[in-house]
Amino acid sequence: MITRLKAFLAFWYDFVVGDDWRVAVGVIIALALTYLVGTTSVPAWWVLPAAVVVLLPLTLWRVVRGQSSAPPTDGK
Amino acid sequence: MGSGALFIAVFLACMVEAVEALTIVLAAGTSRDWRSAIMGVLAGVVALALIVAALGPALTAVPLGGLRLVVGGLLLIFGLQWLRKAILRASGLKALHDEEAIFRTQVAEASAAQADRRGVIGDWYAFTLSFKGVVLEGLEVAFIALTFGANQGDIPLAAFAAIAAVLIVAAVGIAVRAPLARVPENTMKMVVGVMLTSFGIFWAAEGAGAQWPGADAALLVVIPSVAVFALLLVVALRRRSTRSTGKGPLATRASR
Repeated sequence: MITRLKAFLAFWYDFVVGDDWRVAVGVIIALALTYLVGTTSVPAWWVLPAAVVVLLPLTLWRVVRGQSSAPPTDGK
Repeated sequence: MGSGALFIAVFLACMVEAVEALTIVLAAGTSRDWRSAIMGVLAGVVALALIVAALGPALTAVPLGGLRLVVGGLLLIFGLQWLRKAILRASGLKALHDEEAIFRTQVAEASAAQADRRGVIGDWYAFTLSFKGVVLEGLEVAFIALTFGANQGDIPLAAFAAIAAVLIVAAVGIAVRAPLARVPENTMKMVVGVMLTSFGIFWAAEGAGAQWPGADAALLVVIPSVAVFALLLVVALRRRSTRSTGKGPLATRASR
């Protein structure tokens, strides 16, 4: 039962969060920041594009750095 | 703009996943038992239809602001995952998805498995392999279709795009009876990644209270900007890969 529950939770974690949890955390932080900036007189639309400009190269960089000492990855 | 983008994103996402599911079903059918494999497909389609039937009305009942915040955030996370893989593959740092190699691996594994009859299912392995292939590959697409459709207020169009993609892949798969290895999967994944990321940015920002300059017309800037940014990252990674090896991209094709 516990094993099945763990497998179920692992599936949904993988489905929603994916390979790099930092991306999901970064998006949530950026959403919170968008909300906070939106409560001021400053426009908030730029926060998420800026987050993508930071998060995408960062998550790619982690793979590149990991591959410099390992063989090419494969997978889905 | 909205309807066209909705159709393209759902159609391409569904086609990519359908191609991958087809490879698994073909492996189950050719190496084990076609009847059980097809029953697995039907059971998987029914399971997906039940999920869509349950979630569809629920999504349309959620207030648009909250829907856009949650769904936009999830689409953004999904989009960044799709883009990440597509960029790594396009730059040669991750092996391309090779349907023929995956098919060979699946057939080898399926051929080695024990035969097991359960009820009306002649070959339980073929049934579960097909069922899992359809459900796992289809779940993300079902989510994309539902959320895109709900946000655009056009779930029927999203469903039409998804069904059209599945029918095309199924028809071609039946005609050639082989994995669809020539489908430009990574290009399609890149397009889907750009669309999911762009709409995720747009909807999540709106849901969090931001107002876009030009309202919906901002998408005309966001989508090309995300595409150009992704392509620039591909170029940068390719150059880095070429510099570090002195030969070119590192990875070739993956068996999974």
